[in-house]
Amino acid sequence: MITQTAIHTGAYYDSIALLQTAQGLLKLEGVEDAAVVMGTPANKGILRNAALLTPEAAAASGDDLIIAVRADSAETAAAALRQANVLLAASRAPGAVAAQSSAPKTLAAATAQLDGANIALVSVAGRYAAGVAREALQQGLHVFLFSDNVSLEDEIALKTLGREKGLLVMGPDAGTAILNGVALGFANAVTPGPVGVVAASGTGLQAVTCQLTRLGVGITQGIGTGGRDLSVEVGGLMMLEGLKALQADPATQTILLVSKPPAPEVADKVLACLRDSPKPVVVCFLGGKSKAIREAGAIPATTLEEAAHLAAAVVRGQDFEAAREVLKERNQQLKMQAKAFRTRLKKRQRFFRGLFSGGTFCYETQLILNKMLNTPVVSNAPVEKTCQMLNANRSEGHTAVDLGEDEFTVGRLHPMLDPTLRNKRILQEIKDPQTAVLFLDIVLGYGVHPDPAGAAVEAIEESRTWLQGRDREVIFIASVCGTEGDPQKVRRQELQLTNAGVIVAPTNAAASRLAGYILG
Amino acid sequence: MAIQDLFGKSLKAVNVGLEAFAASLETQAVDVIRVDWRPPLENYKPLACAPGGEDIDAVNAAAVTRIRSGRPLLVGMGVARDVIPGLGERMLLHAGPPITWERMCGPQRGAVMGAAVYEGWAKSYEEAAAMAAAGEFTFAPCHHHHTVGPMAGIVSPSMPVFIVRNETHGNLAYSTQNEGLGRVLRYGAYSDEVLARLKWMETTLYPALTAALKATGPIDLRSLIAQALHMGDEGHNRNRAATSLLIRQLAPALLQPRITKAAAEEVLRFIDGNDHFFLNLSMAAMKAMLEPAEGLAGCTLVTTMARNGTDFGIRVAGLPGRWFTAPAPIVQGLWLPGFSEKDANPDIGDSAITETGGIGGFAMAAAPAIVRFVGGTAALALEVTQEMYQITAGEHEFFTVPALDFRGTPLGIDVRKVMQTGILPFINTGIAHKEPGVGMVGAGLVRAPRECFEEAFRQMANGE
Repeated sequence: MITQTAIHTGAYYDSIALLQTAQGLLKLEGVEDAAVVMGTPANKGILRNAALLTPEAAAASGDDLIIAVRADSAETAAAALRQANVLLAASRAPGAVAAQSSAPKTLAAATAQLDGANIALVSVAGRYAAGVAREALQQGLHVFLFSDNVSLEDEIALKTLGREKGLLVMGPDAGTAILNGVALGFANAVTPGPVGVVAASGTGLQAVTCQLTRLGVGITQGIGTGGRDLSVEVGGLMMLEGLKALQADPATQTILLVSKPPAPEVADKVLACLRDSPKPVVVCFLGGKSKAIREAGAIPATTLEEAAHLAAAVVRGQDFEAAREVLKERNQQLKMQAKAFRTRLKKRQRFFRGLFSGGTFCYETQLILNKMLNTPVVSNAPVEKTCQMLNANRSEGHTAVDLGEDEFTVGRLHPMLDPTLRNKRILQEIKDPQTAVLFLDIVLGYGVHPDPAGAAVEAIEESRTWLQGRDREVIFIASVCGTEGDPQKVRRQELQLTNAGVIVAPTNAAASRLAGYILG
Repeated sequence: MAIQDLFGKSLKAVNVGLEAFAASLETQAVDVIRVDWRPPLENYKPLACAPGGEDIDAVNAAAVTRIRSGRPLLVGMGVARDVIPGLGERMLLHAGPPITWERMCGPQRGAVMGAAVYEGWAKSYEEAAAMAAAGEFTFAPCHHHHTVGPMAGIVSPSMPVFIVRNETHGNLAYSTQNEGLGRVLRYGAYSDEVLARLKWMETTLYPALTAALKATGPIDLRSLIAQALHMGDEGHNRNRAATSLLIRQLAPALLQPRITKAAAEEVLRFIDGNDHFFLNLSMAAMKAMLEPAEGLAGCTLVTTMARNGTDFGIRVAGLPGRWFTAPAPIVQGLWLPGFSEKDANPDIGDSAITETGGIGGFAMAAAPAIVRFVGGTAALALEVTQEMYQITAGEHEFFTVPALDFRGTPLGIDVRKVMQTGILPFINTGIAHKEPGVGMVGAGLVRAPRECFEEAFRQMANGE
């Protein structure tokens, strides 16, 4: 071992720079101990205790800088002394100093930093989400609450607080909203127009707003309420508040409500608000009865597609019965088309296999097919409890799988973001010799996968190669929910699918009917 | 307000959670601010009203006003046994929450041994240890006697102390004279050299300073700290500016007939050679400012953070007389030559009174040099202070940070905000060797342990 020192007379560095330099020297290979200190008596004492006090160091004055190194060789020690100069010089180099304000850790701090903040998007883990949402409401912010696993009690408390404060509480488990033309969560670039929408379903809201845009009729607002809003417990709190806001909004001329059928007493409350509505209201309670809606003076729609067409007709001052006729005629054409497709199938190929990323599309397809097919469709998110799949990973008979359900998303991204799981499942389904129709929903918009059609086409082409070897064909049917303004562009996405031999229908309802005609 | 009031306005969004949502808003040209959110501490729930019915926000605001309106003056000096209320013979005050000899850490034991010999209670350090183990000394926290002690924080009856009076509220606080760095009693070093220095401080430093203070009159510590914050100090780990400012005030007063020229020179050299001379005054000033908030019903502000090297303890204004403790954490830092983390004692000292009072780590933005203790940057210094605003109830009026456009430093740690944000108070501190008799081994940064806040919050919320 060898101890060497260097003395810099009159060199002043702050003590921390000195400590850091010493720390840097200690990291060098072969250096056993090092000290970089001013030559004060106290520091010399420290050097003595560390066995680093050479005669030169002992002779240094309080204004001298001492660099002392004990190393395994003279070369190592000399190199370390040189390195000390480099490190000391570096300690004086200007750093990246910026007076940027730090990221706020609380909503209150964020609200203070962003002048005029008016909405909070909350997507933290469920057990914390209610607390964050409550704080947002207390800060006077509207809330878009994407998080799920929020308790029913919390949902009721939040929505009650929201109602008192005149603030929206969209969610929990709200996937989509469009406010003042801005897409929140999974939502599309839609055109402005006179239709205001309140929906208890994220994909339902996407479907009707995209369809309205494609029909040339835009929207004012798209308010999402979360799927539980129309339950007995929550009592439709936000749908009622949203409805009242749209009724009071001068820009909204026609209102469209979308939901699965509410609990009967909740339906009564909602319909009671429609009786004296100053504006026409189209109501799509998917799978619900039309009679009560009609009696309340509103216009019932049975599918998301029909809801958009009816709202568009109302806006244009057209007879909405005529709009229903247009769709009926379109369905007749689908029936004709179906005949040709049916001939491509082998005898054993009898079953529908739908792989959905949008829960409401899965639901709507079941409603449509159950009226057209001899045996009901089973699903992991069934319309009727009796049609529950035994195992969501294994399709049997006519099957509609909602890949956005919890069993598939725990620890994984939603299928609208990550197509991996669905692509695997496509290959699994086409290998079943009984599969006749492979059915997909392709959802575009902000917040979702940048090229969902392209991702699906990869699996579809792989399927075709596999099927060709077995002299079999599967009919691929898809619909794309999106607009030309979306980052993915609806026409480009449809074209990719068509080029891959997929039959592309304009809506999920149309695609479902086509599948029904082929298999019916 | 009604929902439709939002319609037609520009959205300005706060995003809490998935980054993709914030990014998507930005592509739509919407103003969005991201919350760097983290889960609250265990068993947090919103608490607006104390079990006694007090509006906590209002009480806390009043407490902040009380604290920051305090004006601590250095009014004089005295011998501990004469001036510190309740300090009896054979009694030793120590840093941190209450502790027994059995659980005392090495450096605190070392300081006890040194103090016992200094007082003449024991003839040797070994005898001192035996007497302590036999229960011959009474131990009490400095904080129970309006006193604060850095590191081991041992105050024995014969030690001279500074007397600080809070001019606004009339309360007094005490602290010893700072011995310097390295092998000193407060770092647990005991040796004849350590005791000789203490003796010199008693017989030369103390009389000289007493005489000088008579000449100067009360020294305004609040004003001194305020100036020092503009000169790169934060009042805990860096006291170079405040020490220099103090010398400027004392020097002329030391040149008087009652003080020999030799003594004046020694005193000036001693203070000049100890960048931390002012630390004990900074601590006593903070103690004097904080005490008037103690006992305010429903107040959730922390009035004490202190460590004895074994436990870290906090006290809360609305729960007077209680300590909430957790094991003292290990400090991350830079090491003096020859030492490393394996030599370090866990966090120790009453000096976290500075952070409690809104300086020290909380004023890091004023002292960017300090962050380099952990290899940080000047930007980190700003960030630390800004982070602390998120757990405090108010800001200082006179203690300000030039780099933050002279914003007041964050003041009044609110237990509720610590719970809600999971942000733990940030402390700058020195590191003592874990064995008695060695002394200082480094300096660094540490965060207060969360368990203290969780237990205080639980008791506050349950009205226990």
